[in-house]
Amino acid sequence: MRKVLQRTVAAMALGSIASIAMAQDDGADLVINGEIEITVRAPAPAHMSDTGIDTILSGWVFRSDETRQLEMDDFDNPAFLAVDRGIEAWNTVEGTEGKSCATCHGDVEESMAGVRAVYPRWNEEAGEVRTLAGQINDCRTNQMGADAYAYDKSDMTAMEALISVQSRGMPVNVAIEGPVAETWAQGQELYYTRFGQLELSCANCHEQNYGNYIRADHLSQGQINGFPTYRLKNAGLVQTHNRFRGCIRDTRAETFAVGSPEFVALELYVASRGNGLSVEGPSVRP
Amino acid sequence: MADNVTPRIRVPREAAAGEVIEIKTLISHQMESGQRRDGDGNIIPRSIINRFVCEFNGETVIDVTLEPAISTNPYFEFTATVPESGTFTFTWYDDDGSVYTDTKEITVS
Repeated sequence: MRKVLQRTVAAMALGSIASIAMAQDDGADLVINGEIEITVRAPAPAHMSDTGIDTILSGWVFRSDETRQLEMDDFDNPAFLAVDRGIEAWNTVEGTEGKSCATCHGDVEESMAGVRAVYPRWNEEAGEVRTLAGQINDCRTNQMGADAYAYDKSDMTAMEALISVQSRGMPVNVAIEGPVAETWAQGQELYYTRFGQLELSCANCHEQNYGNYIRADHLSQGQINGFPTYRLKNAGLVQTHNRFRGCIRDTRAETFAVGSPEFVALELYVASRGNGLSVEGPSVRP
Repeated sequence: MADNVTPRIRVPREAAAGEVIEIKTLISHQMESGQRRDGDGNIIPRSIINRFVCEFNGETVIDVTLEPAISTNPYFEFTATVPESGTFTFTWYDDDGSVYTDTKEITVS
């Protein structure tokens, strides 16, 4: 069985050589609201030198014209319903300390500009790598004395969407060296580990076969610069770890939990593969 | 009662007399079809926006009947000819009896 599978994967890889050249990239540019220019293709960061990918591509490039258009105007982008909810939450006092986000951080447009671009990042005080969601919950529990948001539910994705919007158009610039190096290496190992009965790693689809179809799904490079993402099939925002879990589930494996150390490491590694693309969240995908 | 129902509307602030303008509206609503069942096998009751009306200075621009097959967060994009300055009134009718209304002014020069 394994041999057959390996052969299939090899055949798929061969088939992809021709299609990678086009990879459905028609060269279209993404400009949001007619003013925010989004970098949807960029030279691959140095650490990807032996992956065979020399240009990194946003998931937007792989989508149909109709889906692309939904992201080009904030009015058409259904994720902005969540952004509006996020603004309300930002200004709402919760918890035992009598604070809202705004109490410490003031105007979200000023204080959160550029934040999404550098997460996940090292937190010196806690001595750990923190995702944006992890940081939001740390603020809620330790600063506000409020309950943590469920890691991948709508309150969290709304807040993430609000924070992401403030960095749209800025290049993703996640640090991979220094104190995060160990976690980053762990994430890299996970990325190349085959999971499940189908024995598929992230790389099998998103590195070796992007641009090809897996059944009816058009494979992207698996970039996460557009998260949280409004998925039309869910009619709601999808959190990064939720997407990871979905992918691993589809390999017919037991998945890691959202917010788990494994997924934090994987998020750091996958985010770093997008260094140079613009922060695009909240994006729209099918 | 549907939760978090908020209308969003885009109408240009100004237009030339007789100009055809583009109007976009979206209302957040779960549009529960009444066809689905919950974990215990019971039918989840239908809860949708069943009618949407846009008027300009009291005159009907469009009047739409919505059916259960329409997706979450119904979105309408349409055009209107504006002969004079005035007010667009947008009204959504919910199955539960709620009525959501919003208005937008436009100045015709």
